Amino acid sequence: MSEPRTLLAIDHVSKNFGRVTAVDGISLDIRENEFFALLGPSGCGKTTLLRMLAGFETPTDGRILLDGRDIARTPPNKRPVNLMFQSYALFPHMSVRANVSYGLEMEHLQKAEIRSRVDAILATTELGPFADRKPEQLSGGQKQRVALARALVKRPRLLLLDEPLGALDKKLRGAMQLELKRLQHEVGITFVIVTHDQEESLVMADRMAVLKDGRLLQCDTPHAIYEHPAGRFVADFIGVMNFVPGKVSADGVIAANGVRIAGKVPATLAPGASAVASVRPERIRLFPSADAANRTTGTVEALAYQGLDLQLHVRTPLSPKPFLVRVTADAADRRPVSAGDEVELGWDAADVRIFGE
Amino acid sequence: MAPALVWLTALMVVPCALVLALAFFRRGIYGGIDYTFTLENFGLVFDPLYAGIFLKSARIAGTATLIAVVIGYAAAYAIAAAPRRWQPVFLFFAVLPFWSNYLIRTYAWIVLLNREGLITQLLRWFGYTGEPPSMLYTEGAVIAGLVYNYLPFVILACYAPLSRLNPELAEASRDLGASAATTFRRVILPLTVPGIAAGAVFVFVLSIGNFVTPALLGGGRFQMIGNLVYDQFLTANDWPFGAALAMALIAIMLLVLMAQALAADRAAGRAAEANGGADG
Repeated sequence: MSEPRTLLAIDHVSKNFGRVTAVDGISLDIRENEFFALLGPSGCGKTTLLRMLAGFETPTDGRILLDGRDIARTPPNKRPVNLMFQSYALFPHMSVRANVSYGLEMEHLQKAEIRSRVDAILATTELGPFADRKPEQLSGGQKQRVALARALVKRPRLLLLDEPLGALDKKLRGAMQLELKRLQHEVGITFVIVTHDQEESLVMADRMAVLKDGRLLQCDTPHAIYEHPAGRFVADFIGVMNFVPGKVSADGVIAANGVRIAGKVPATLAPGASAVASVRPERIRLFPSADAANRTTGTVEALAYQGLDLQLHVRTPLSPKPFLVRVTADAADRRPVSAGDEVELGWDAADVRIFGE
Repeated sequence: MAPALVWLTALMVVPCALVLALAFFRRGIYGGIDYTFTLENFGLVFDPLYAGIFLKSARIAGTATLIAVVIGYAAAYAIAAAPRRWQPVFLFFAVLPFWSNYLIRTYAWIVLLNREGLITQLLRWFGYTGEPPSMLYTEGAVIAGLVYNYLPFVILACYAPLSRLNPELAEASRDLGASAATTFRRVILPLTVPGIAAGAVFVFVLSIGNFVTPALLGGGRFQMIGNLVYDQFLTANDWPFGAALAMALIAIMLLVLMAQALAADRAAGRAAEANGGADG
């Protein structure tokens, strides 16, 4: 496979509002036809970055190159980029059909072409039966699809989605995540989604960028970010992580109780420096075999049954917070544990990630 | 409910009924009322002389309404676009003239428009040496006075829907390829029409029956319906004809108000129908 083409290059983009820096020198490449997620806690600058891509904010500094052309100062109605608003922003005085046709009317297309393109997108988004309804007559999920259809019908080079699933309930959200991904594949348009929900971006994104305080912390595939987080914040923000604080030694971290957690120490960390060793809950085994490099005993404080698996809170001498351990329901059936039990935990050195404080 | 009904009957229905009854009698020879039934007074309302005054009043009220709506909407738009914490301050200044008396506010225009008034002095200060422009005692002065006095109503009526408008709607329109002008015409304006309609009806109804402003700014012989009614009752002493004119004026106002209520009702009906459809 050839190297995917870069569609959008964000080049050292910064945005200041007065004395507040919302976006601080971010550089990112978004590739043709990918599903890209901008992820971060609220106030991290992801929405400001998205609004700069849509044209509602102008960068204080830097360039935004779409197909190699700088669009940083192009007004929103003159760029082949469309935004699906978090509030959907459907025109309340227009029917579903009129909402979806609006963007094509602005392109002064023939009536017949507008009609056929609108019909096609309404069919794709399963909105055909609702074409004559007003937005107030639609459910939340239907409104979301109208907002999506209204943006997609323009066939933009880039579709921006601002927290597209934020207003939906949890069950519908799960279904819509897959639906969005299917749709993106079907229409072949590059999607950039903004979300604060790490689970959402892990499920949907081909690649994602993690932002904090206006800076880019890491940009990679969900798998790479999950398995090799670039720092303690990313490790904590993406998924669940157990942390053991301590001091760096030659081949691991010495915990407060003197136990050594074996793992690969990054070259940037000098021996004796404060650091945390971390391990994912699903990498920890209950009652490990003798070859586990790291082991500890602990007391089960609580169990949370989650259908497929069981989550245990285990109090250990390694860290002030209890360890989270995830075991499959099968394993739990074979060797049941209950609150108050003494258990032994073990995990491999290869599953340990070490970060500076 | 009952006190309101008593109040309405005593202060609205009874006086109106009395004036209406008056319109069906003859004028006495030396003024006063000759209590014999006639329809002459209503016939006289349609006499070209008086019908002309009705038309002129409607034209002046219509022009004042148009100007007040354009200025008022623009002002409301600017206020709604200002930072949130400043909006109450601007609204306060917009309605500030209401705190002074209507007559005083209207007299102030005489000071402005007078032959040697402020505007003429300002022109002279800029080097103008010709005849002072005649501005006072013209139809234009009357329209200016009406616009000035009723503008705050329009600003308040238009501000309400403008300030409630989700700003993302305008952004969505821009995002879909519309220019700022198209966005205004196709999104902002249609969604704020109810405010414009309410403000416009207010200005029109208050203007067409107004008699203070035409009397002060239009000069002694300038007549709108209000002045005509006033003259019949207090100068000509023809109460029955005055009553017929007043009834005709009330009928016009009611028609305008009903048209607006009907339009608002139909808009609300569409919305209700829409909601009913969602349940099915």
